[in-house]
Amino acid sequence: MSSAPDTSAAAKPAPADLPRRRFVNILLGTGLLASAASFLYPVLRYLVPPKLPDLGGDAVLAARLSEMKPNTAKTFRFGTRPGLLVETSAGEYRAMSATCTHLGCTVQYRPDLREIWCACHNGMYDLNGRNISGPPPRPLEAFEVQVRGDEIFVRRKQEA
Amino acid sequence: MIKVRDSVTCRLGAVIVVAAWLIGNGLIAFAQTKNSCLDCHSNLPEPLGVSVETYGQNIHAQKGLTCAACHGGDASSDDPEKAMSRAAGWKGKIERKQIPELCASCHADAERMKKYNPSLRVDQFQQYKTSVHGMKWAKGDNKVAVCTDCHGVHDLRAPSDPRSKVHPINIATTCSRCHADAEYMKPYGIKTDQFANYEQSVHHDAMVVRGDLSAPTCTTCHGNHGATPPGVANVTNVCSNCHVFQAQLFQTSPHKDAFAAMGFPGCVTCHSNHAIKAPTDEMIGAGPKAVCMNCHTAGDAGSMQAEAMHAQLTNLASAIAASDELLSRAERQGMEVSQPKLQQTQARDALLKARVAVHAFRDSGLKQDTDAGLATTKLTYVAGQKAMQEWRFRRVGLGLSLVLIALTLVGLGFYIRRLEQK
Amino acid sequence: MAGPVASVRAWFDERFPLDDLKALAQKKKVPVHHYSYWYFLGGMTLFLFGVQVLTGALLLLYYRPGADEAFESVQFIMTQVQFGWLIRSVHSWSANLLVFMAFAHLFSVLFLRSYRKPRELTWVSGILLLFLMLGFGFSGYLLPWNTLSYFATKVGTEIPAQIPIIGRPVLLFLRGGEDITGSTLTRLYGFHVAILPALATVLIGLHLALIQWFGMSVPPGVEAKWRATPEDRKEIRFFPNFVLRELMAWYVALGLLGALAALFPWGLGVKADPFASAPAGIKPEWYFLFMFQTLKLIPAKVLGMDGEMLGILAFGVVGAVALLLPFLDREKPFKTRRWITGLACVFLGYMAVMTVDGWVAK
Repeated sequence: MSSAPDTSAAAKPAPADLPRRRFVNILLGTGLLASAASFLYPVLRYLVPPKLPDLGGDAVLAARLSEMKPNTAKTFRFGTRPGLLVETSAGEYRAMSATCTHLGCTVQYRPDLREIWCACHNGMYDLNGRNISGPPPRPLEAFEVQVRGDEIFVRRKQEA
Repeated sequence: MIKVRDSVTCRLGAVIVVAAWLIGNGLIAFAQTKNSCLDCHSNLPEPLGVSVETYGQNIHAQKGLTCAACHGGDASSDDPEKAMSRAAGWKGKIERKQIPELCASCHADAERMKKYNPSLRVDQFQQYKTSVHGMKWAKGDNKVAVCTDCHGVHDLRAPSDPRSKVHPINIATTCSRCHADAEYMKPYGIKTDQFANYEQSVHHDAMVVRGDLSAPTCTTCHGNHGATPPGVANVTNVCSNCHVFQAQLFQTSPHKDAFAAMGFPGCVTCHSNHAIKAPTDEMIGAGPKAVCMNCHTAGDAGSMQAEAMHAQLTNLASAIAASDELLSRAERQGMEVSQPKLQQTQARDALLKARVAVHAFRDSGLKQDTDAGLATTKLTYVAGQKAMQEWRFRRVGLGLSLVLIALTLVGLGFYIRRLEQK
Repeated sequence: MAGPVASVRAWFDERFPLDDLKALAQKKKVPVHHYSYWYFLGGMTLFLFGVQVLTGALLLLYYRPGADEAFESVQFIMTQVQFGWLIRSVHSWSANLLVFMAFAHLFSVLFLRSYRKPRELTWVSGILLLFLMLGFGFSGYLLPWNTLSYFATKVGTEIPAQIPIIGRPVLLFLRGGEDITGSTLTRLYGFHVAILPALATVLIGLHLALIQWFGMSVPPGVEAKWRATPEDRKEIRFFPNFVLRELMAWYVALGLLGALAALFPWGLGVKADPFASAPAGIKPEWYFLFMFQTLKLIPAKVLGMDGEMLGILAFGVVGAVALLLPFLDREKPFKTRRWITGLACVFLGYMAVMTVDGWVAK
């Protein structure tokens, strides 16, 4: 837009100037366009929604109802640590931190014992996360479970 | 109608009965807790003095017992002559020799103890008689521990009270009052460094530093009332109460029979007894800190095996450390690596399991664990490298856009010059 | 070739006074003299404000206010969204450069005494804009909901609470309650993205319109010289000559922002925990540091008055003086001009010393 009056203002240049003028115009034009593209590129990428779904506050999608059966469990990601979602034989859902309070191994559900078990040093927890035998000094942190439609969400227990 | 009136009368009657019972109980309780001894003894100096405060925190006083329960006499009388008359059963100072039997007169009586605490055991005296303390006591040794030495006398608190001398956190200190006193222990010819050793142990660290009250203290291995050193044959049983896996693996290991044949006391052979330090990977192998070399000689089959196991452990440990270092470097540069960092816990699990698996003293089980860990660290390392690649990409992107900016600036400079040349 | 373009232009010209605007732009001249470089600062501040509007709007796409979500959503932007780290870091860095540029612009205008009649209102609107920018900084600081910003906001909102009578209502107004909670966050968020931008838009419009109307101010010394020898008077056209130069400066600023964001991405800190005790070394943003440090150093009692109160009062006076500066500037009878320059120097020095002191202090 602004180039129209400029070319008219600088009309009748010396013939030797012409290639230099073209060079400057090309340099400026490419520079402007390319730098604008380099600013726009990150912005456009930013606008693309990320593949990994948002954490949705402090609640985490732990599993879908279809994945779970009575007397099974699933390990899910809770922030930067693993969590354990258990469906008891009675069909209740329990969720707790899966990090053993002894030396930090990841605990697992033992369908045969109906208890939570740490394979590293044979620590045992009951389905409320209480340490019942072996070396664990403290219970596992219990989480709150909410079922919304087909999805099971887990969140930290709110202190009253 | 009659029925209704009956039930009203009935209820009224019940109320009166209950009220009378409550009042009566209160009166009895008042009469029982009258403790005239303190009127004088709270003002006396040691050793005759017992302050009202000390006495008030005594578990026996809280249960309604008076001084007379142990010392005899009549605590309800305000007249010292009557209160401390031999006729009323007053005993004065209790001889050390008599203490275990005096305590047992109630604490071994199930009928009597039920009234206060139905879940309390009544076999302490029985056990005491089987202990080294109790056996020496029976032979007339007046220096060995009796009930009050550990539990306290006038300031006796329930063991669940953190101020009690027998609360888990205080037990080691309580035992050490005699067992760390070289002068006192001289006649018995036993070592006095147990407490000093225990203080350096991982068990002490768990109890005191990490506040884990289930961590072992003296009585966990030696027993409390039946305190005896566990014999060579029993050590593994004691440790395996908590360290189940290690003990199971040890039972299947070639060391089991070898140690038994040589009279070595299981776990303690490598881990020592009181000064059990957190084990390191250097303990196995053929290095200078390796306990294996206490029996094995360099180059024999056992030392080769130990060295192979050591290599497996350290390989995994250094692979974990390498991934950790790379991931935290990437994190410091602002890269997102929380997923591989989470995966790293799996590798750490594998290492912990491998360290347990050592106790089979065969490398097959160990290798399974370390291989699983190494497979995980390979993944996390690749993820770390990718993150660093992305970081370099950012720098290249920055460089590129800076070049473009510089290009535009040069173009603008020329353009302005031309504009103003005319 | 020019046919369709010309007809569109003609259609447009009838409906929009583009030519009048062009004439207005071309009428404006920028004086060229020893101090011309200072003219760039205002435009630079405006440019950075534009960057803030753009990156701020982009951040709004993913940011969610609320004590449960704010930190997580910023973390999400920084780690999951493509180039989210860049947008947020540019926003943070640009905010800091903006405040710095605004201060620099203010002092350049002050020392060149460009606030003289008839530009008093331009100055007043500028000072109000500076206050708005500080308000943006204060409200934006809390939005990531990390420990540092949480406690800095706690301390920051307690300062006006010292003022008698209106102090408490002000505190309640800023916090939306007794404590810093989720409602403080939504409140400051509202200020940051709606109320302050609306006010800023109006004030910037006014500021620019006034500058356009009165043209660039020439410093008194240069003006006197030019009056003596009119052939020395030099000017360039605002458009395109000055604008192109300004554009170069903007490009440099863009490059700087990109480099800062890429090499020193803005940290996220640790999520705020209202029940945690305040960590040691809580500091506000650097541009509040000189005030923060003053209030810290002032004794509890000064001449029987509450020290903190006195400090707040002093800053209130400074603010009022800054706002009304053009009206205090008189050649006669007291040579107030020298006084103003002297005082401004002293204040600038004070700010520098206190900021450094606050930065170094533990």
